Amino acid sequence: MHEFLAQLINGISLGGIYALIALGYTMVYGIIGLINFAHGDVYTLGSFFALTILTALGVSGELHGVALVVDVAIALIGAALLCGIAGVLIERLAYRRLRNAPRLAPLITAIGVSFILENVMQIWKGPSPVPFPAVVPNPSVMIAGVAVGAQQMLVVGLAVVMMVALQLFIHNTRLGRAMRATAQDRDAAQLMGININKTIMLTFLIGSALAGVAGFVSGVYYQSTWFFNGFGAGLKAFTAAVLGGIGNIGGAMLGGFLIGIIESFATWKFGGQWSNVTVFAILILVLVFRPSGLLGEAVFDRA
Amino acid sequence: MLRLERVSKRFGELVAVNGISLNVLRGTIAAIIGPNGAGKSTLFNAITGIYPPSSGEIFFEEKRIDGWPTHRIAAAGIARTFQNIRLFSFMAAIDNVLAGEDAHLHARLWDSLLHTPRQRREEKEARERARELLRFVGLEGVSETYARNLPYGSQRRLEIARALASRPKLLLLDEPAAGMNPREKAELGDLVRAIRERGITVLLIEHDMGLVMRICEEITVLDYGECIAHGTPTEVRNDPRVIAAYLGTAVA
Amino acid sequence: MIYAYFLIAIAVVIGAQRLPDLRAKRVLFLLLGAALLCAPIFDRNDATFNVLADAGIFVLLALGLNIVVGFAGLLDLGYAAFFAIGAYTYAMMASPQFNLHLPFWLLLFLAAAFAALFGIILGAPTLRLRGDYLAIVTLGFGEIVPQIFQNLTKYTGGPNGIGALDFPSFFGRSFGQGTIPYYYVVLALIALAVFFAYNLRDSRLGRAWMAIREDELAARHMGINTTAVKLAAFALGASFSGLAGVVFAAKLSLVSPDLFQFQVSVLIVSMLVLGGMGNIPGVVVGALVLVLVNNVVLPQANTIAATAGLHVDFGNYHFFIYGAILVAIMLFKPEGLLPSRQRKEELHHAAT
Repeated sequence: MHEFLAQLINGISLGGIYALIALGYTMVYGIIGLINFAHGDVYTLGSFFALTILTALGVSGELHGVALVVDVAIALIGAALLCGIAGVLIERLAYRRLRNAPRLAPLITAIGVSFILENVMQIWKGPSPVPFPAVVPNPSVMIAGVAVGAQQMLVVGLAVVMMVALQLFIHNTRLGRAMRATAQDRDAAQLMGININKTIMLTFLIGSALAGVAGFVSGVYYQSTWFFNGFGAGLKAFTAAVLGGIGNIGGAMLGGFLIGIIESFATWKFGGQWSNVTVFAILILVLVFRPSGLLGEAVFDRA
Repeated sequence: MLRLERVSKRFGELVAVNGISLNVLRGTIAAIIGPNGAGKSTLFNAITGIYPPSSGEIFFEEKRIDGWPTHRIAAAGIARTFQNIRLFSFMAAIDNVLAGEDAHLHARLWDSLLHTPRQRREEKEARERARELLRFVGLEGVSETYARNLPYGSQRRLEIARALASRPKLLLLDEPAAGMNPREKAELGDLVRAIRERGITVLLIEHDMGLVMRICEEITVLDYGECIAHGTPTEVRNDPRVIAAYLGTAVA
Repeated sequence: MIYAYFLIAIAVVIGAQRLPDLRAKRVLFLLLGAALLCAPIFDRNDATFNVLADAGIFVLLALGLNIVVGFAGLLDLGYAAFFAIGAYTYAMMASPQFNLHLPFWLLLFLAAAFAALFGIILGAPTLRLRGDYLAIVTLGFGEIVPQIFQNLTKYTGGPNGIGALDFPSFFGRSFGQGTIPYYYVVLALIALAVFFAYNLRDSRLGRAWMAIREDELAARHMGINTTAVKLAAFALGASFSGLAGVVFAAKLSLVSPDLFQFQVSVLIVSMLVLGGMGNIPGVVVGALVLVLVNNVVLPQANTIAATAGLHVDFGNYHFFIYGAILVAIMLFKPEGLLPSRQRKEELHHAAT
């Protein structure tokens, strides 16, 4: 029982990271129908940006008091902002021209972008995992006999805050409405005077910024990052988005946490080497038997 | 030959087709008419298995076909054309027709891999039949042209040739005259009659009343997913409900 | 010298594509084949034929994937899985691993059959999916297969894989350490693959693939059993990959899971995209160009940089090259460098 709870908490923390990444997949898919394959690498980019910022601030270990709040805020916001810009640039340079191309063309392009990003990061930070300073102290609280670390709470807390903020933004602002309208029917939205390009840019900005937040959080949580992290994490987050129902923001969160928990239990029960197999098997099963996901509506073939 | 019994199709709350019963007799040219949104194309889609009916039964030559996959219904002898032409745009006209023959070819995987003598013979015969069909619809000169590069009227006729290639017993034509000029419409009328002469039953959806009245023996009128009239052209023309549905315009 | 082989082969294939006359095309191909057959008589450099045999393996893979992606229009991002299945088939049945020493030639057939079987197992439930979802499912499959090979240590040697694979033999004569026998095997397989690929394209099946790529719904209305036809594409494509896997494993005398990662699948997709999906000469050229860059140009660039006192490892730029090819081609020349007439028109019109 104790181990079960501990794994559950691990899974929820892991799931918070996947959920943050999954939001970007689901938003972009919802609005332009593209599996943004490079999104996982934007997440890695976020951890590298955060690392670079922290290094520039001279941070190499645990922080306390005001320094903790200020430096973490700078790294977090900086990583989010830079990732947001990267996402917008990727959309502008690589995807926009292909908006009306056959469906698979932008997907292939996205894979290309992913490879380019991975290679650039590999050259930038080297081919091996890079240590990430343990900036956030990790005292733990006992909950039901299980130690819950502050870092875990930070991961989950940040994820939940971001999601609530995103929901509020999408449902209560003019820009959020424009996003929803564009996702439903791009042509009609355009006729209503919505600036489609701007709306899509905004989607990439927000989605990528959230990936940046995830990148920072994962650095803090794992105290390490690697140029190739985004590939696996991206696929799992995509699985989360599909599991929750792609295009559905609440679904992405739910899916993220579920995938985190599933991975955590798979690692516990079958060993780490089976966790990927388990997650990908779930991806295949969901796509085959319930492609609309848990919360999504049926996805009709647009062909 | 084709019998629909109380066929309904619902999309969520929307009832697109409501309890339609219909009987198409072998060797006739029949029509389904009705205002836009009356459920005509939905009915075609139900017959060909794209959207299986929500309730009701469809019989073709006394076999119950609702629930069959589309390709099986096609192979059983129902071919169709589409309201908004759906040719294989970047295939030559003759290849479009050959694709239509697919269900009647016997080449197995090995034949295709090795181009066995049997495959070559079959392919040659299929090509000959395809040429004959192109001639039949008046497209003999353009067999190597990509479908999308043909003029509009020719595309409509190519679609018919492709449908005929699957050797249907029943041919469904979805607004075949749409966008045609009067001369093309007259030619189309002749073509439909010639198709019937080949022993193929024709069921068509059409807005052009002149054409429908001229070539069809049986007409079914749909409005808001329901059948409001059925009969010969003369009976339908004088049916007050039909006149009301059309506001007395097109039928006159 | 190695450049001469590649450039001549590429030039001949491009030339053949340009020739309008079918017979002239055939003659040109036969000449190229004859020249390649005779080459080892005059040139006894093993290293050259090593690279050429590797290139041939990738040509084979590209031809196979082209059936799935180019002909049938199904984006398969896990194609390396079938390559792995082929390679492991050889490794497990012709090595000290289980003390099985089945002959290479039998295993070629077996591996092709296994790979096709797995193609069907994967395809049957997934082929109803929309294109992009199918792509992701195949990717997942491509991730799972090498991972399973890695995990089942008892049978597959785990992360270290299986080594000391048998040398194939031909009428009792072992291939030994030389590379030239493999070169001949690969040439023969390519000839077979090209023959099959052209036959398939110009057959009932090829026409059906084209039709479902153009308009799946209309194809179904023509009585085409789209599921069966797509499965055939999957199985055939996979079997080519299985064949390539056997040769690859035998030549290397080693298999390990890391040889079949996602990068390999993407590399093969890049070959298709570069050369021109759906066009047989195009994908051959795409494969040759990328192998030339990977196995010849980049290592040489390293040497040149080293003599100039620079410590650059151009081997680190593979991902960048594949990525750049995918992005640049898709944005600026989506039909590839050597497209078929059909594909060219298709993309030209789609853009307008």
